Amino acid sequence: MKNVPWLLIAGLVPLVGTALIAVVPRKSWVRGIALGTSLVTLAVVIAMATQFQIGGPDKFQFVTTYSWIPAFGVSFTLGVDGIGLVLVALAACLVPVVLIASWRDVEPPGSIKSYFGLMLVLQSMIIWVFSALDVFLFYLLFEAMLIPAYLLIGRFGGAQRSYAAMKFLLYSLFGGLIMLAALIGLYVASQTLLGNGTFDFQTLSSLQINTGLQNWLFLGFFLAFAIKAPLWPLHTWLPDAASEATPGTAVLLVALMDKVGTFGMIRYCLQLFPDASRTFAFTICILAVVSIVYGALVAIGQTDIMRLISYTSVSHFGFIIIGIFAFTTQGQTGSVFYMVAHGFSTAALFLIAGVMMARGKSRNIADYGGVFKVAPLLAGFVLIAGLSGLALPGMASFPGEFLVLVGSFLRYPVLAIIATVAIVLSAVYILWLYQRVATGEPRGVVTEKFGDLRGREVWVFVPIVAVMIALGVYPQAVTRVIEPAVQSTLDRIGAVNPEPTALKPAASTKETTP
Amino acid sequence: MMGLPAATQGLFPVPQLEYQNLAPVLIVLAAALLGVLVEAFLPRTARFRAQLVVTFGGLLIALAALFFAGNTDGVIAEGAIAWDGPARFLQGLILVLSFVAFLLFTDRKIDPGRDAFAPRVSAVPGSAEEQSLTEKLVQQTEVYPLALFSVSGMLLFPAANDLLMMFVALEVLSLPLYLLAGMARRRRLLSQEAALKYFLLGAYSSAFFLFGSAMIYGYANSLRFSEIAAATSSQSASEGLLLVGIGLISVGLLFKIGAAPFHEWTPDVYQGAPTVITAFMAATTKVAAFGALVRIFYVAFGPVREQWLPLISVISAVTMLVGVIFALTQREMKRMLAYSSIAHAGFLLTGVVALSQKGVSAILFYLVAYGFATIGAFGIVTLVRDGAGEASDLSAWAGLGKRSPGVAALFSLFLLSMAGIPLTAGFPAKFAVFSAAAASGASWLVIVGVIASAIAGFFYVRIIVLMFFTDPQDDNTTVAIPSLATAISLAVCAGVTIVLGVLPQIGLEVADRASLFIR
Repeated sequence: MKNVPWLLIAGLVPLVGTALIAVVPRKSWVRGIALGTSLVTLAVVIAMATQFQIGGPDKFQFVTTYSWIPAFGVSFTLGVDGIGLVLVALAACLVPVVLIASWRDVEPPGSIKSYFGLMLVLQSMIIWVFSALDVFLFYLLFEAMLIPAYLLIGRFGGAQRSYAAMKFLLYSLFGGLIMLAALIGLYVASQTLLGNGTFDFQTLSSLQINTGLQNWLFLGFFLAFAIKAPLWPLHTWLPDAASEATPGTAVLLVALMDKVGTFGMIRYCLQLFPDASRTFAFTICILAVVSIVYGALVAIGQTDIMRLISYTSVSHFGFIIIGIFAFTTQGQTGSVFYMVAHGFSTAALFLIAGVMMARGKSRNIADYGGVFKVAPLLAGFVLIAGLSGLALPGMASFPGEFLVLVGSFLRYPVLAIIATVAIVLSAVYILWLYQRVATGEPRGVVTEKFGDLRGREVWVFVPIVAVMIALGVYPQAVTRVIEPAVQSTLDRIGAVNPEPTALKPAASTKETTP
Repeated sequence: MMGLPAATQGLFPVPQLEYQNLAPVLIVLAAALLGVLVEAFLPRTARFRAQLVVTFGGLLIALAALFFAGNTDGVIAEGAIAWDGPARFLQGLILVLSFVAFLLFTDRKIDPGRDAFAPRVSAVPGSAEEQSLTEKLVQQTEVYPLALFSVSGMLLFPAANDLLMMFVALEVLSLPLYLLAGMARRRRLLSQEAALKYFLLGAYSSAFFLFGSAMIYGYANSLRFSEIAAATSSQSASEGLLLVGIGLISVGLLFKIGAAPFHEWTPDVYQGAPTVITAFMAATTKVAAFGALVRIFYVAFGPVREQWLPLISVISAVTMLVGVIFALTQREMKRMLAYSSIAHAGFLLTGVVALSQKGVSAILFYLVAYGFATIGAFGIVTLVRDGAGEASDLSAWAGLGKRSPGVAALFSLFLLSMAGIPLTAGFPAKFAVFSAAAASGASWLVIVGVIASAIAGFFYVRIIVLMFFTDPQDDNTTVAIPSLATAISLAVCAGVTIVLGVLPQIGLEVADRASLFIR
């Protein structure tokens, strides 16, 4: 079983599914094929995960290499470390759920083939982008992902979808092209240092590029990732794109694609440009804290459910980024864990909002009220998804947020304290949302005909909630996989966990005074 | 012969010509002359078929001759012509691109008036004579020999090894193009205006080139590139002549490639000329002219790079920006494509600035990617029509993806390649020129290039959005069913664009092997 090209297969299965969807004669089969393929992909990824050796001798496992463009030193190389693995698994888990949730988004006379076909193409690209070990291949997929995502937003969405899709595309394209410039610079740097240009990640991550050049290249990569992630002040495309897209697309966009940004920061920014990462870390942490507080405050003020969820994500991505750039084991482990947890909790929030909007035909929070009276199950899932979003202990987000705060407190106490304020704010936006939507007497679009969750819809949320609770109760399952990769990243930067000195003098003074 | 001392020039020596290596050029010239004879002696009804045989047969034989001409580098024809990698590569490319473009010429199904060319170019637009010719469905076929003459000039242009040969080639390639630009069946006035503009400005730029050659001769006492290079590295006197000469020659060549600030003719000519001619000249002229430009700057002026490199760098940056910014504001498809071709001249110039072997191979690869995407894009433009001919206003393209998804998808492919989106040929091409430029230390130029690419991406994608996500504004637009030849031509362009996008190694290797100039 050692030489099975797991990652290649995991990415190819959805593509095969897309091809099947394209040729299948009956539109009514499309959804079944899509769901079937995504379940096969999940099975492949689970089978792969069981073969993964935690803390194994090789940093990257399941490595497969095919020669592609030797003239540029480009190869088709796939492989994952612990961080890559959990994100590939996240993509494999979420897509089946999204497909079930999107079952009725497009009905057969519509372009059902393109809708589900594009989702599968996007899944394949996401799996490969998390496992690319060639920087060129990563860039290629990073850019190519935009096409299915753009089409999903632009063709199947709300009234303003065309505008939102264009804004999304332009932001991402701009970031991607800046990254292209940095990519060329990196290639040229490898040419001068090695004599022969290469894009192989493992070779590049052991280069010592001079500091001045590192700074520029780092900024090129970071800008692209910060737009994708999104970090304040480059976040403005997200609320538009996520609110105009269908809920399923919004999940793929925010819960999966945006993770490529934070993943890229850990994999590429930190490991290719360690000196530059140290130089810019503090500035980035400040921006992250602004993101955290700003996102939470703006979320409180939203009147549109989808926009509210988008802004909570801006806040949560701030947590992830500060955890990455605090350069502590706890912080970075927390960040990666939070990336997974945020994937599930945001998916839950977007999808439950989608279920509600499918009934109420409105995104306006003020149009809802008293959902609990007519649809208790639905309201219950809104509450659970929300509580996971605000990082209630016992839910998946809690260990992530906690580790991030602990980790960044060790490095930047003041920033961590400010970030902690957002926990209170998150309780405000979630609970207030729940209060407005679910409590009280039914009003607005909520009527007797509103209807509770039905069979298919229940099956969307049961697995998500199960995973969220499981991760919340036993985070060790994932952190164990992440930690070796985080440790090697921190070794590359040369970061050592600071001793928690701030508490010691205080403790000793207490002891000496009688 | 210029380089020889006066004593040996008593007799006129018989030049020694390597016919084997010159065969491609000679065959195309012969085919062109044969085409003239066909025009003169065959009855009107038989001409079309005869011209097809002569034209396509000539191109195929020329390609075969090129294939068997041998790979030994050397200076041939008494030093007037260089037979080296870039020359062979570009000659092959020009022949193939011409073949693909000529396939578009033959289409007699798209236009209700049978083909894209005016029945009689000399007829006054709107006159009774023209009216009657049109009603009688008169066709003219002189476009084929004219285009072949132009191709023979293009084959010589990148292979010319001295300034005089280069000038002759320049004229041979340009003069037929001036005529061809005026031959559009529809919008006759626009077409004639384009031809006149192209001719006047082209003649002007040729004069610059010739004047510059004279200056260089005054400086180096030779027109041969290798001897100019030798003179620049040995003597320091009268540098003024050299600089003036480089400047004037640059004007002539930059005009041909359509670089700013000598680009003004491009949109008018591209718009006015018959679209199939535009496809032909946009692709092949740029290939030939870039070949000549790179050769002259690398071989003849290579030693004095510090004199011209800053100038060309700035022109490259300005050209990219002018191209993309003006393309943004266009409302007419052919004009937009014209400005996009200006931008591509700028991108290609970054490869010239690289001044390395990598730069040359990058330019060669870029020319392949650009050539096929350009012919393909203009080929699609001929298909989308309204009552008055081609529907070139952008608004007519709205919603095309709903009516003819295939045509719209094909056009999108060519646009994406021009935008340099991954998995189309344009991406490795852009990457190659930019990385070559960056490796030579022109990082700022690469940054300008990347910014220009971002702007370019916007207007290409805008067209795609227009086709797929906008509702049609009027129902006059129709998509013509092309003839088999046009379909083949488009299929070849699409095939090359995809194959070189997914597996660029094939093209890069060939370009890499062909990237060494003989000096």
